[in-house]
Amino acid sequence: MLKTFKKELVPFIRDALKWNFSGGLGYQIYLSILFFFMVVGFYAFTIQLREGLAATGMSDIISWGLYISNFTFLVGVAAAAVMLILPAYVFKDKDLHKVVIIGEGVAVGALVMCLLFILADLGGIIKAWHLTPAIGLFNWPSSILAWDVIVLNGYLALNVLVPAYILFCHYHGREPVAKRYRPFVFLSIFWAVAIHMVTAFLYEGLPARPFWNNPLLGPRFLASAFAAGPALITVVLIVIQSKTVFKVDSQIFNKLRIIIVVAGSVNLLMLFSEIFKEFYSPTHHSLSAVYLFFGLKGHNSLVPWIWTSIVLNLGSIVTLGFNPWKNNPKMLMPVCITLFIAIWIEKGMGLIVPGLIPSPLGEIANYTPSWVEIGVTVGILALGIFVVTMLIKPALAIEQRYEEQNS
Amino acid sequence: MKQKQDRRTFLKGALTCAAASSTLIAAGCNNRKLEGGGEEMSARWNEYFKKNYRLMTPEEKEETVRRLEQLAKLDYDVDVNVETTPPKKNVLYGYAFNISRCEGYMDCVEACVKENNLDRKSKTQYVRIFEMENGQMDITTGNGKYFHEVPKEDHFYMGIQCFHCEQAPCVKACPTKATWKEPDGIVVVDYDWCIGCRYCMAACPYFGRRFNWHDPEVPKEEINENQHYLGNRMRKKGQMEKCTFCIQRTRNGKLPACADACPTGSRVFGNLLDPNSEIRFVLKNKKVFRMKEELGTDPKFWYFID
Repeated sequence: MLKTFKKELVPFIRDALKWNFSGGLGYQIYLSILFFFMVVGFYAFTIQLREGLAATGMSDIISWGLYISNFTFLVGVAAAAVMLILPAYVFKDKDLHKVVIIGEGVAVGALVMCLLFILADLGGIIKAWHLTPAIGLFNWPSSILAWDVIVLNGYLALNVLVPAYILFCHYHGREPVAKRYRPFVFLSIFWAVAIHMVTAFLYEGLPARPFWNNPLLGPRFLASAFAAGPALITVVLIVIQSKTVFKVDSQIFNKLRIIIVVAGSVNLLMLFSEIFKEFYSPTHHSLSAVYLFFGLKGHNSLVPWIWTSIVLNLGSIVTLGFNPWKNNPKMLMPVCITLFIAIWIEKGMGLIVPGLIPSPLGEIANYTPSWVEIGVTVGILALGIFVVTMLIKPALAIEQRYEEQNS
Repeated sequence: MKQKQDRRTFLKGALTCAAASSTLIAAGCNNRKLEGGGEEMSARWNEYFKKNYRLMTPEEKEETVRRLEQLAKLDYDVDVNVETTPPKKNVLYGYAFNISRCEGYMDCVEACVKENNLDRKSKTQYVRIFEMENGQMDITTGNGKYFHEVPKEDHFYMGIQCFHCEQAPCVKACPTKATWKEPDGIVVVDYDWCIGCRYCMAACPYFGRRFNWHDPEVPKEEINENQHYLGNRMRKKGQMEKCTFCIQRTRNGKLPACADACPTGSRVFGNLLDPNSEIRFVLKNKKVFRMKEELGTDPKFWYFID
């Protein structure tokens, strides 16, 4: 049994690697650019290792910055795979079933980035093993961060193993045994919600920070994620459709668009509810929101960002809702990218930094990410895109071949 | 069973390899010469793999103290004495601050900086004094950075530091149990177990914790050599630190440096379980209040009015 598995595994990996690194000139340039940014990120990271987190723009007052912002946002992107998995497996939607593997690839890439952002943010990265259950000392169930370690790694495992099993079977021309993987698919649906809620609880559970200590935070995380994630998947599908022979049915774009519009509208509704609460009867606890939207005592570095985000967010949801170009990919792509960026601003820096301002003692500080921080961030993002590419490319090749064999 | 065992040894081996290479990277990054040879290497190695303080046997505590003293000699060229004095029985420390007496001289701040080997480069302070306008009680309206003659007319002063909460949000937040409340009520950090995620910092409603963004700098001749493992021993970059009620002093029967240095007698420190202590007198006979009591953190730090 084990022997045949080994015999089957070797060509599987060999072919996956072959597919990954073969491609036209454009593809090679694309890989080189990603590689270049990864090297820049690594170099920036060595500086941070040597000098400590003083190499970043963070301080005792603004103690979390660009890294944690990106982490928070990307958890949402990872969770969004469920928006494909749920209709594909529960409602047996044939169109979405075809692209579910792409959603899972995006989720894995996003999770890898999440974990790397957490590691990059640690002051003692070489002591990260203290976080390993059994080997280190795990403050579970008390610490929400300990919960987050479990749910993120668990979700990563689910999103790696299920697609790997299905692809492995398809590669060898076999139908995967549903009994073996379906339970895990259903588990991953609940797990996707869990990674999001737990990450929201990380902030929601802190009475010290009134801006975060808000029961709407978790549901809002989900709504914004279910808009931003499918938007990203739409972009990836458009790229695949235009650059490969893999056919993406236009019905898929329409279904994704509807998901984005519904989730995005719910998100905007909740945003409005939050803004109403903060500004109709402003209290001391509203100062973070004042800082974010209007600036506080001359500190207003986030103001242009958040308004840009709101305008882009509204604009793209309305555009997607009315759909004047009938799902034309050329028009869908910029709108989805716009929405993605809008939510990235709002769920990233727009959520983390104002939570820390003003400090519990009422002090205000400025935060501008240093070039080291930006370098590491770009490096991790490039690595994530690289991971997604490396997963999706062989997956599509295998699926394509399997479909041809069976038709 | 055997398979499980194998997996375990494999995991252990893999971890050791990963850790070993990272220690080497770390050592290289610090530009430290590995001149002490094998002995220094083995000391640093064992320091890296040591347990959380609370899980150490008395022998292990002794060994790590020996290594820390040896490494302090190598790194800072000072002969330090690192204690592990345990908490006394029937002791629960509490603190009270007299806002009608304090005049904002900040001798407490200076004493704390010296006593606790605080970083001079970033001017780290555990104790801070806020200048408050009469009629205000909300600390966020105060000025924590005043540079003028004190006391200022129509103003009063409010000291703030770690409040050693009974229901400490930082302890709850820490993912690795690197910070906890000792039996005598002091909230401490095991610096070497802290991974520097700063979740405790976000969780603290009193801004009571400080992070080492870089390696702290203390002039060699100013280093306080009387140290405690959970107190004022030298920290490194990437570690959290905080007020420990001067654990290295108080567990030996002395007052914390801030209370000792106060020229106006505004600071009262003592054992809450001793009915004859000064702190118990204050709590019984003065008008006292605590900061942000509505958060349910139950701080062991009271303000009082004469």
